[in-house]
Amino acid sequence: MSRISDWYIMGAIALAGLAGPLLLPGLATQIAFLWLMVVFALTWDMLGGRMGYNSFGNIVFFGIGCYAAAVVQRDAGLPYFEALALGLLAGAVCAVLAAVVFGAAMLGIRGHYFAIGTLGLGIAAGEVAAGWDYVGAGSGMALPLYPGELGQRELFFCYSLFALAAICFLCCRAVYATRFGLALNAIRDDHDKADAMGLRTTPIKIFAWALSAFFLALSGGLAANMIGFIDPRDVAFAGATFGVWMVLMAILGGKGTLWGPVLGAFVFHVTQELFWTWLLGWQRVALGLLIVIIVVFFPQGIMGWLAERRARAEAGT
Amino acid sequence: MLDNLSLFVQYPPLAFDVVLNGLLIGAIFALAAYGMALVWGVLNIVNVVQGELVVLGGYVTFVAVQWGMPPLLGLPLSAAAMFCVGWLIYRAVIFRVVDRDIFISILATFGLSILIQQLANALFGSDVRTVDADLGSVHLFDGMVTLAGIKLLAFALALGAGGALWFFLRKARLGQAIRATAQDPRAARILGIDTDRVFAMTYALNAALCGAAGSLAVMAWTIHPYLGLPYTVRSFMVVVVAGVGNVAGVIAAGLGLGALENVAGFVFGVEFQIAFVFALMVIILVWRNAMATRKRSHLE
Repeated sequence: MSRISDWYIMGAIALAGLAGPLLLPGLATQIAFLWLMVVFALTWDMLGGRMGYNSFGNIVFFGIGCYAAAVVQRDAGLPYFEALALGLLAGAVCAVLAAVVFGAAMLGIRGHYFAIGTLGLGIAAGEVAAGWDYVGAGSGMALPLYPGELGQRELFFCYSLFALAAICFLCCRAVYATRFGLALNAIRDDHDKADAMGLRTTPIKIFAWALSAFFLALSGGLAANMIGFIDPRDVAFAGATFGVWMVLMAILGGKGTLWGPVLGAFVFHVTQELFWTWLLGWQRVALGLLIVIIVVFFPQGIMGWLAERRARAEAGT
Repeated sequence: MLDNLSLFVQYPPLAFDVVLNGLLIGAIFALAAYGMALVWGVLNIVNVVQGELVVLGGYVTFVAVQWGMPPLLGLPLSAAAMFCVGWLIYRAVIFRVVDRDIFISILATFGLSILIQQLANALFGSDVRTVDADLGSVHLFDGMVTLAGIKLLAFALALGAGGALWFFLRKARLGQAIRATAQDPRAARILGIDTDRVFAMTYALNAALCGAAGSLAVMAWTIHPYLGLPYTVRSFMVVVVAGVGNVAGVIAAGLGLGALENVAGFVFGVEFQIAFVFALMVIILVWRNAMATRKRSHLE
């Protein structure tokens, strides 16, 4: 995508993001979830697409963000917005620390061992949260009520998540254009060669995971407040829904591309909102089927498919 | 937690009971892990749907018993039914991902595992199910140690299946074809082995082993639709520890895992047992990686 059209698209999305919730206040929550999905897909793609480390456990950082915000808001004794800000900060710090610790331990593991290992990490975190009384154990935690007027709440979270998604996107865009972005791709394409070329791969990998954990934790704190309640297995460490969607959206859009995850999140979320309710309890069966179909028949994603078509057209002329 | 530990010291037979029961349950893990090692070694796929095949095998026995069949007949029935299911899964999905990127096969089998898990939930409900095998129990030390008959049977069966599998892979024609394909699929094809059929048979055999494991699990323990992933992770762990081509190692690691898990469940409390299984896997992977790094630095 050329430089100019890139800016047009970003401008159009920014306009839609700012005006959308005002024009369609009834859809504010759905739009807020759309931005959440964009953050999910972008942060997954940092490792999965760019660096070739397919993590099934990124949901851990989202859950840490949820719980850190909830605990701070419960115990800090501050007014709502101060507590929320402090909670988000605490969540981001905890998640980055967790990413550094887990990363130092696990990012040396490669291939399918890493994939299955992170899957275990995500589920273990959910099970620990579900058994830990300090954070409400299996019954989860309720978050404080939003103090503003009726209808304000949805708009507030819609705009905050939009801002987060926009910052996350711009951050990815800036980072991928640097040497650091190239180093990530080098690790994906050939890890041993990247090592041999003198790249300090371990710190690079840890930094990438910490960056994705940072955004995920912020989105977790906001999402927990938007939903108003966190359940250990179904909201915070929801490996079977959010955790899988991350991967699916990034692949659907085209992993390893800048716009792919955004596109995948849009397509997936809109499809889900439009058709999911018709499936009446068979949604998760459909999700499983969708994963198999997309992965087996369409692994290059929408952006990959477009690039292939363009390459074929250019070769033809 | 410490109270539970001190119980072990005060009543040694109790510790014996917990460890022994864990060992016997571990036989079921070993059974499912043979299958995973087989598929991993031959198809080069980490079969994330493994645990769902176990759970599905358990449901076959459960339904058969509901229709009035004797529980023990459910065992061969589960194995046979899951053999067919495995064949179908191979023909529908797995053969498309055999030669492809490891990530695609993991994600595809992961999708299958969600699919089967949710189908099981829709068809059989989310209740915890169990079947009474009517085999009685063995009591030792004045009733301090209780061993259910079905667990002893599971243990014997897992050992028997391990031996049979070893014999099959070495002596039977198909077993030799499977081993040849595992070593070099291309060379096997040149020598006239229909590798696609070998892959299908291997996958179906794996499903049958899972079916037997599930049938034993529903009789010795409980099943419900969401128990699949723990079985996948247990099998994975056992194979990682034992190595892909090592039947005896799989038995040892499976039994060890069962004992360890039972002790952990007793000490930390049952609500942390699943967390323990998953955390243990992460620890094993990290440990394995650290050892490999150390070995590499010695070589330098």
